[in-house]
Amino acid sequence: MDDLLLFIISKYNYWVAIILLLIGLYGMISKNNLLKKVISMAIFQSAIFLFYISIGTKQHATIPIIEHGHNGYGADHAVIDVANYANPLPHVLMLTAIVVGVATLGVALAVIQKINQVHDTIEEDEILRNMEE
Amino acid sequence: MKPLALLFTLSVGVLLLAASLDLPDWSDPASPASSHVSPYYIQESLNQTSVPNLVSSVLADYRSYDTMFETVVIFCAGITVLTILRRTFRSKDKYILPRPEREDADIILQSAVRLLVPVMQVFALYVIAHGHHSPGGGFQGGVILGASFILLSIAYDLKTVLKRFKENSILFLSAVGVLIYAGIGIICLFLGRNFLAYGAWAKLLGITEQEAHSHGMLGVEIGVAITVMVIMFSLYADLSSSGDLDEGL
Repeated sequence: MDDLLLFIISKYNYWVAIILLLIGLYGMISKNNLLKKVISMAIFQSAIFLFYISIGTKQHATIPIIEHGHNGYGADHAVIDVANYANPLPHVLMLTAIVVGVATLGVALAVIQKINQVHDTIEEDEILRNMEE
Repeated sequence: MKPLALLFTLSVGVLLLAASLDLPDWSDPASPASSHVSPYYIQESLNQTSVPNLVSSVLADYRSYDTMFETVVIFCAGITVLTILRRTFRSKDKYILPRPEREDADIILQSAVRLLVPVMQVFALYVIAHGHHSPGGGFQGGVILGASFILLSIAYDLKTVLKRFKENSILFLSAVGVLIYAGIGIICLFLGRNFLAYGAWAKLLGITEQEAHSHGMLGVEIGVAITVMVIMFSLYADLSSSGDLDEGL
C-alpha cells in the first residue's frame, strides 16, 4: 500500500500534464468551431507549461533567488548549495513561452476574425461548404 | 469522426502514460534536468553577474540570444495582427462585433480605475527595475503595463486611451524595444567582445565586469518591457475593435 502511494506521489505531476494535454489534443481534432480549436490549443500549451515547471522543482528547495545575494558578487556569503535552489532553466523557458503564447493566440484570434468577416461563420464544415460553392 | 479522434487521443495517452513511468520522480534533486547545466547556473551566476535572481540572469545573460528572438517573435506577432486586421478606410459592410449597449459612463468604475492605473504602472516599473533581486523582469513588468492600458480602455473606451497613446507611437515603441535589446548587444560587439557579452560595458561605464553584466541585463529587460507592453495593448485594441480602432468593447 505504501509503495503504491509513493508511486502515485512520485509520478502524478506527469499524469496531470498528460490529462490536460489529451483534453487539448482531443479538442483540436474533434471540435468543429475554430474558436474552440484555439481554446484547445491554449489548454494543450498549458499542459506543456505545467510539465516543464514540475520538472524544475526539487525537494526541500526554494525559489531560484540566491539568499542574501543582494550585496553583490564575492561578498560574505558561503558556498552556494545547489540542492537549496530550484532549477531556474525550466522557469526561464516557460516565462518566455507564456508571453509568446499570448502573442500567437492574438494572431490566431485575428485570423479567425478575418475568416468570420469573409465567410460569416467560424464553423469548419460550413466554411468548407462555402469554399466549394 | 469523433470516435476516431477519441481513439487516437486515447492511444496517444496510453503511450505517454507508459513513457511517464521512465521519467524521474517528481522533485527528485538528482533528476537529469537538474544535474547538468543548472548546477553551473546556480553556483556561478552570482559570482559572474552579481544578480541573485537566477531566472533573470539565465534569461537575460546566459540565454540572452534566445530571449532577443523571443522579443522579435512578439514584435512579429503584433505586426501580423495589424496586417491582418487593421483597416484605415471604413467599409460600409463592416462586420460589427456583438457589443452590449453602451450606457452612460459609470462613474464608480471610472473613478476606481483612475485610482488603480497609476498604482499598477508604478508597480510594473518596480517589477522591471527590481527584477534582478526579487521575482520579476521585463516580460512580467511589460505585461502589467499593457494590462493597465487595457483596463483603462475597458473602463473608458478605446478612443480615450488612443488619444493619449497614439497608434503611431505604439508602432514606434514596439520597434524601439527590440532596437534597445539589439543595440546593447551590438555595442558589445564594437567594444571588442561577442554579441551580447555585457562585460564589455565595464570600460565604458567605469564599473567592474560583474556589475556591467547586471546593468546590461537591466537595459535589455527595459527593451523587452517596452515591446511587450505596446504589443499587448495593440493586440487588445485591434482584436476588440476588429481593426477599426473606434470604440472597442
